[in-house]
Amino acid sequence: MSANLIALLWDSTLQTLYMVAMSSLFGTLIGGPLGVFLATSRRGELFSAPALNAALGLVANAARSTPFIILVVAIIPFTRWIAGTSIGTTAAIVPLTIAAAPFIARLVEASIREVDGGLIEAARAMGATPGQIVRKVLVPEAMPGIVLGLTLAVVSLIGYSAMVGAVGGKGLGDLGIRYGYQRFMPEVMAAVVIILIVLVQIVQSLGEWIAARFDKRAPRNRGR
Amino acid sequence: MTEAAISFQGVTRLFPQKGGRDVVALDDIWLDVPQGAITGIIGRSGAGKSTLLRLVNGLERPSSGQVIVADRDVTQAEGADLRAMRREVGMIFQHFNLLASRTVAGNIALPLEIAGVPQSEIAPRVAQLIELVGLGAQADRYPAELSGGQKQRVGIARALATRPRVLLSDEATSALDPDTTRQVLELLQDINRELGLTILLITHEMAVVRDICTHVAVIEGGRIVEAGETYAVFSRPEHPTTRSFLTGVTGVAVPGFVAGQMRDAPQSDAAQAVLQITFVGDHATDPMLSRLAVECGIETNILAGAIEEIGPNPFGSLIVSLPARRPAEARAFLGEHGMMTEVLGYVG
Repeated sequence: MSANLIALLWDSTLQTLYMVAMSSLFGTLIGGPLGVFLATSRRGELFSAPALNAALGLVANAARSTPFIILVVAIIPFTRWIAGTSIGTTAAIVPLTIAAAPFIARLVEASIREVDGGLIEAARAMGATPGQIVRKVLVPEAMPGIVLGLTLAVVSLIGYSAMVGAVGGKGLGDLGIRYGYQRFMPEVMAAVVIILIVLVQIVQSLGEWIAARFDKRAPRNRGR
Repeated sequence: MTEAAISFQGVTRLFPQKGGRDVVALDDIWLDVPQGAITGIIGRSGAGKSTLLRLVNGLERPSSGQVIVADRDVTQAEGADLRAMRREVGMIFQHFNLLASRTVAGNIALPLEIAGVPQSEIAPRVAQLIELVGLGAQADRYPAELSGGQKQRVGIARALATRPRVLLSDEATSALDPDTTRQVLELLQDINRELGLTILLITHEMAVVRDICTHVAVIEGGRIVEAGETYAVFSRPEHPTTRSFLTGVTGVAVPGFVAGQMRDAPQSDAAQAVLQITFVGDHATDPMLSRLAVECGIETNILAGAIEEIGPNPFGSLIVSLPARRPAEARAFLGEHGMMTEVLGYVG
């Protein structure tokens, strides 16, 4: 493999990492609070707002049921408005974030709903505000599940990032298509796949390690 | 009563049902919980005791009536006002409700953090509480590493953190084994004595009331059927529910070989009646069965029996059999001498 190709692989890897990191970050910033709200705003819950809960749930479902490649193209005007352009690696972060946020929101919601209702009752009995209950009880208690959910989201984003070549997003997936497939260079395709496997493996292991650090429950409750 | 720490005044709680009639969880409850006492509310599951307890810190709202805690009506409090009142009422739970993500010290610190106590004051207060409940070596452990009894000690320390006037206990020992239950009850009793803390507990276990409650209220179907000082209530129980809980206090039951043969009516002239005799106070030490034999000529056969204490007072229960032709006579004699009797069935 030529030095040229190796440089190309390196650049593509960095582009993928950049897209995944930024969209994970923004996706979490939007999806995290959204997930907390979805988990606490049904009728009679901490921030009881059933109508808003239903509306946001509908938006999250709509975003999640749109195939990613369609989403990328469909929101081009929005992408241009946010990023100033609709083409390139930075622009690709917009659709990746839009895809990640509702996914992360649902994962966070599920983790928060796992927290024993007795803890909320105990915190209310202590005179905690709804905000304190979220910050001091729900989020810390749900943390192992949230971290595993985020790990899943990051792995999915690595997969999605391979599709943004369609709007000039570059990255490893794009490299694999253009060189490995269209120019018949199987060694490039193989290299791309290996790098992706390694990336996913690292993310998964790191996520599990962090989740285990947060998990203070009895071992029997883990990994079932 | 001015010295009431908590006063339920005509409290009713309805749970509206979709398309049907409302379920009455609490029905016109009037009850004063005396300051500095340990009051037990005993009832079966579904009797409404859990709802009643949660009215005190506003976790439940009544449909009508008032709940006065420290001269203020909890039912009218909202927002910050209600949260401030909750800090004056500690609560412990059957399943402890500790945060798995926090250590023992961290769990005890939680109500202090919520109350906005400065960090510098939290650490010494937490250390003091850990000593109080005897968990000195466990400060940095997580709940998953503790036994049930230790977890409830953490729950108690946490409930006391903000120096409440009242401690609510929601079946705090129901998930614990008998030994651990006794230790936790002793701890509650110590705290009641040393801090002068009013304790209101709910339970379905007669033993809890017997061991630590100075006052008791029996709840059945959302109504308080009997209430007062524990000994007074149990020495002259008037309601069938109270009587049935009382049987549980001694744990005296008809032996299996007799229970298997028992009928609702005598089958022959030689039949024996199985009688439960409950006696309290001075009567507990009277030789009544000998007197029954001597004065009435009725001979009894003891099947089971025990004497327990409710507070400082002896309380006994006996199960005997005697000739089925003469139970009325025997019951009249025993009744004259202050004993309660109940025919459980007939054998033969």
